Amino acid sequence: MAQIRIENVRKDFGAFTAVQSSSFTIEDGEFFMLLGPSGCGKTTTLRMMAGLELPTSGQIYIDGEEVGQKPASQRDIAFVFQMFALYPHMNVRGNISYPLKSQGMPTRQIRAKVAEVADILGIADILDRPVGGLSGGDRQRVALGRAIVRDPKAFFMDEPLGALDAEFREHMAEELRALHDRMGATTVYVTHDQLEAMQMGDKIVVMNHGVVEQFGVPQDIYDWPATRFVAAFIGSPPMNFLNFNGTVDAGQDKVRLGDVAVGVPHSIDGAKGDLTLGVRPEHVTLDDAAPYRGRVVATEYLGTTQIVTLDTPNGTLKARVASSDKVAVGTATGLHFDARTITLFENAGGRALRSRANEGVLAHG
Amino acid sequence: MSFSVTEPTNRIKWVAGILVVGYALVTIAPLLWIVATGFKSGPDSIAYPPKVLFEPTLEGYVNLFTDRTRATQDMLDAAGAPRNWYEQIARDQGTVITGASRYGERFLNSVIIGFGSTALCMILGTAAAYAFSRFRVPLKDDLLFFILSTRMMPPIAVAIPIFLMFRNLGLNDTHLGMILLYTAVNLSLSVWLLKGFIDEIPVEYEEAALIDGYTRFQAFYKVVLPQAATGIASTAIFCLIFAWNEYAFAVLLTSGTAQTAPPFIPTIIGTSGKDWPAVAAGATIFLVPVMVFTILLRKHLLRGITFGAVRK
Repeated sequence: MAQIRIENVRKDFGAFTAVQSSSFTIEDGEFFMLLGPSGCGKTTTLRMMAGLELPTSGQIYIDGEEVGQKPASQRDIAFVFQMFALYPHMNVRGNISYPLKSQGMPTRQIRAKVAEVADILGIADILDRPVGGLSGGDRQRVALGRAIVRDPKAFFMDEPLGALDAEFREHMAEELRALHDRMGATTVYVTHDQLEAMQMGDKIVVMNHGVVEQFGVPQDIYDWPATRFVAAFIGSPPMNFLNFNGTVDAGQDKVRLGDVAVGVPHSIDGAKGDLTLGVRPEHVTLDDAAPYRGRVVATEYLGTTQIVTLDTPNGTLKARVASSDKVAVGTATGLHFDARTITLFENAGGRALRSRANEGVLAHG
Repeated sequence: MSFSVTEPTNRIKWVAGILVVGYALVTIAPLLWIVATGFKSGPDSIAYPPKVLFEPTLEGYVNLFTDRTRATQDMLDAAGAPRNWYEQIARDQGTVITGASRYGERFLNSVIIGFGSTALCMILGTAAAYAFSRFRVPLKDDLLFFILSTRMMPPIAVAIPIFLMFRNLGLNDTHLGMILLYTAVNLSLSVWLLKGFIDEIPVEYEEAALIDGYTRFQAFYKVVLPQAATGIASTAIFCLIFAWNEYAFAVLLTSGTAQTAPPFIPTIIGTSGKDWPAVAAGATIFLVPVMVFTILLRKHLLRGITFGAVRK
């Protein structure tokens, strides 16, 4: 089991830069999520850690050893592919024992090891079946079996649930997380699904356009996004953005949206010009007495809550309120924002302004 | 009354069946005629109207494998009684066997050159196709086009340069020369076909093998090759059929040591003009290896032709 450290890693494919200067550390035993939209460089980053791509520059350390330019076969890691990549010309047993064969392990020991792994994964009864006819879940388990059979230093998984049916995904996600907790192995997991990332990960790196946008535990990333991109990518519906032109001085705890003053966390950075006030839908309450006004455009019923879409002078806004609240489309209402939860962004560059509330998170982000 | 778009009606199935059977008969008739001629006697083979029913004889086969001379009664008496069945057949025609013919050697040449060039072509073709499929080869598209362009004219168009080249290199009438020539002609086809097959094999299989601790070369022959087997088999059949049947270059470049069967068979002359039963017997035997090879690899060939049509 191992700590993995990425330092200033960059990858160019010809003129295209897939990853530019990423740095982060994955602690021993962590379930680590690489999250981002497609084409953001998360899979390339993972493949560089695994040795399937070599970085153009920068260092990759596994267990303190620099492995950046080493081939995959010498890194002692396991990789679970999105399409599983089970060897089609071998049966289940052949697939799981294949990594052991490369180490020259004696046949009897291989049999014992495969049986043990099959037991853990509950696939002992299909060991002699060809992989062609297996269900998605069983394929997934065989792929996991091939990964864990060798006790590698780390597991790398590239959207391993992406090929499964939606209903089965949930179940497999739980199984994966349970397996991780049982083995305690460092796991790096690539996904574009922010719910999956928050549900399963100990830590998340959010990437966009080859750049690490933010790095931290799921709750910090959700509550205190470091950039507008993270705020928009995480959460469903995402954080609301109210654009305004104004000034924020250091030490101030109010901003003016038009002629209404809105409370924000005590700010540390000052800024001026085009700014954005970010507030999560669940931190917006409809309050007729509030001075900031909006008009209800639509409502979506979601069981215990409903999403209310409103037009405001600073843009469209969604609020998550209890389903029992009666909200009529077309009516005007006052809006109240929970001042403790608000993040301010600079529109140029999209970075969050530091405040007393988020400085702890942004300091190591 | 309703019609299904996907399920053909019975009448269409019947028509299709009749067309297929008709086509099969048309293609197989000359083959059957050759096989039958091989078992005819000389007069039967040129009888008019052609004989469909005849008394089978092994004359053609005996004549194919032996050299004979027309014998006078004195010679026949001097030679004594025939020692075995094929001498008997020769005697019945009024000839005595003077030795074995060259057919066996020529046939063996065909086997060596045909299978040798096919094997070489598969080794080089698979390696090149793998490289083109997996690696960033500079000028990849231009190189592939260049390889294909060698097939854009009939190979025989370059017969004279090849003849001169072979003469200067001392490759005239050698097995090596013919193997190299047929390999060169077939290589473009095999690179293109095999590249298609290897492109269809997801690269993740090799990556999984790399992760599992195997080297790139091990990943290639343990994981890629077994999956490319279908493609390799069907490509090998195409290459073998070409090299086996090739006539023009064989006539031009071989005359003795390395002569293959196709230029040899038409030169079989009997004691009185063309010995058609012997020619037919030679052609029949010549057909066997390719037929066996094709039947053995038939499963792969069918899968190979429909490759990519089925979901993996």
